[in-house]
Amino acid sequence: MAAVTSLGETSLTGPAKSPRGMQAGRRKRLNLFRYLVFSVFGLFFILPLLAMLRFSLEGNQLGTWSLAAWKEIVSYPGPPPLLSSVEITLELAVITSAVVLVLLVPTMIWIRLRVQWIGRAFEFLCLLPLTIPGIVLVVGLAPIYNFIRHYQLSALQLFWCYVILALPYAYRALSAGLGAIDVTTMSEAARSLGASWFTVMVRVVAPNMRQAILNAMLLSSALVLGEFTIAYLLLYNNTLQVNLYFISRATPNASVLFSTSFAALIFAFILLLILSYVGRRRRTRG
Amino acid sequence: MPFLGYVGVFLLLPTVIVLVHAFQNQSGGFSLSGLKVLGDSTVRGYFVGSAELAAVTSVGGAVLGAILAYAVASGNPEGVVRRLYLAGSGVLAQFGGVTLAFAFLATVGPSGLLLHASWFYNFPEGIGLIYLYFQIPLMVLVFMPAIDGLKVQWREACENLGGSAWQYWRHVGGPLLMPAFLGATLLLFANALSAFATIWAWENQIAYIVPQQIAIALSSEVGLANANEGAVLALGMVIMVVVVMTGYALLQRRAARWLR
Repeated sequence: MAAVTSLGETSLTGPAKSPRGMQAGRRKRLNLFRYLVFSVFGLFFILPLLAMLRFSLEGNQLGTWSLAAWKEIVSYPGPPPLLSSVEITLELAVITSAVVLVLLVPTMIWIRLRVQWIGRAFEFLCLLPLTIPGIVLVVGLAPIYNFIRHYQLSALQLFWCYVILALPYAYRALSAGLGAIDVTTMSEAARSLGASWFTVMVRVVAPNMRQAILNAMLLSSALVLGEFTIAYLLLYNNTLQVNLYFISRATPNASVLFSTSFAALIFAFILLLILSYVGRRRRTRG
Repeated sequence: MPFLGYVGVFLLLPTVIVLVHAFQNQSGGFSLSGLKVLGDSTVRGYFVGSAELAAVTSVGGAVLGAILAYAVASGNPEGVVRRLYLAGSGVLAQFGGVTLAFAFLATVGPSGLLLHASWFYNFPEGIGLIYLYFQIPLMVLVFMPAIDGLKVQWREACENLGGSAWQYWRHVGGPLLMPAFLGATLLLFANALSAFATIWAWENQIAYIVPQQIAIALSSEVGLANANEGAVLALGMVIMVVVVMTGYALLQRRAARWLR
């Protein structure tokens, strides 16, 4: 879980090169070791994914091939229909990342400019959700969500607590971005030219940390796509992962499970791969 | 300040609710009777199970992940392999949920592709192996910066002084990485403790760990002798996490002295 943040970080800070100054013989041995490690781990990680892919292409009879399961992603009836839960989850991802940004960016800029001394406490608050297990959070959230449900039943209301879950990831991505630019000079320059605080934030500082903002958004989205615990225990059965879970309970081995999960994985993988390439381009230009 | 209000309602308030409920009796008054649940031998079994699973998978994941991280880090920093592994780790560390259970269902489940291994339902080793599937990537991600922090010069200096590879790791690299390694291990421990989705989708017969029991308590609050059992169990988990994270913070302080 804690993970994805570091991905953003490593793409921002240039990784140090390792064994360049090594003797030839030793390098050869190192390469042997590397290929061995890559193949063993690669196998361990690829195998279940391949199995999933194979099952998603399973025809009616064992051992035959068909695309039916992939077509079912759009047509699986549910209830609730699979496609609708894909939609809800994507919407949740968008809302969550937007709210996280609106909440974090101004606060972080403000802290950096005006009240540096609460920086540490702020960081602690932002990283706190990493340490509180989701399931513990649910126990405390249940009464709050009972209250919310009086007014609004939609599963989109989950974004309230998803924002909290995304907080640590977004915070670390954004703070890496903020650290790389000189906010004070920028805002003083803008202020002395007559810009309002709003202009300073939206038109001066934010465009300069575009990369970090993108990072934060993608990480929050990836988190929402994979979230199960909270949605499940708060009885929101129409988010993607929970829906898949119930399909698996009703029809074990339904091949649509594998096609949808695999598609979601690939989707997240591509998002993160894009992230690492965007990061590089920025770096070589700057 | 809107931020504080938000965090207050959706992070701090739930935590307070957990605490309050844990110390409430049936009628809502203050009491310690709820805590008696923690002394129950079955309940203690869940906590032992949680600790066991987290210990096995964090140590295993940390060792294997460190090896993989070193193999990845010693390659070209701009290379495709590194990108693939990092992006892949990001995905797998995050997706250790229901999807993971499906993937293993396809591999080793009742009609799985490879073999029909009921071994994977064993606790903790079978389920632990499945956990490694997200623990190793997490380790790669959190440990990579520490390995990148090893300076080439240190290695060169060691070699110039006639040190062997073993001596380098024993006296230079190992001690330098140790605090980061232990810190990462604790992080994995906390991660495994709070993981719930995978085991819930994989094993629906038997409860081994605390999160499973919390879920059961939450979904069947009516029939239980103690309506606040969920909160009490949650409190127990919070205490476990606090202990682990305190250790983590101490290690971080120690690590900060080295890696500047």
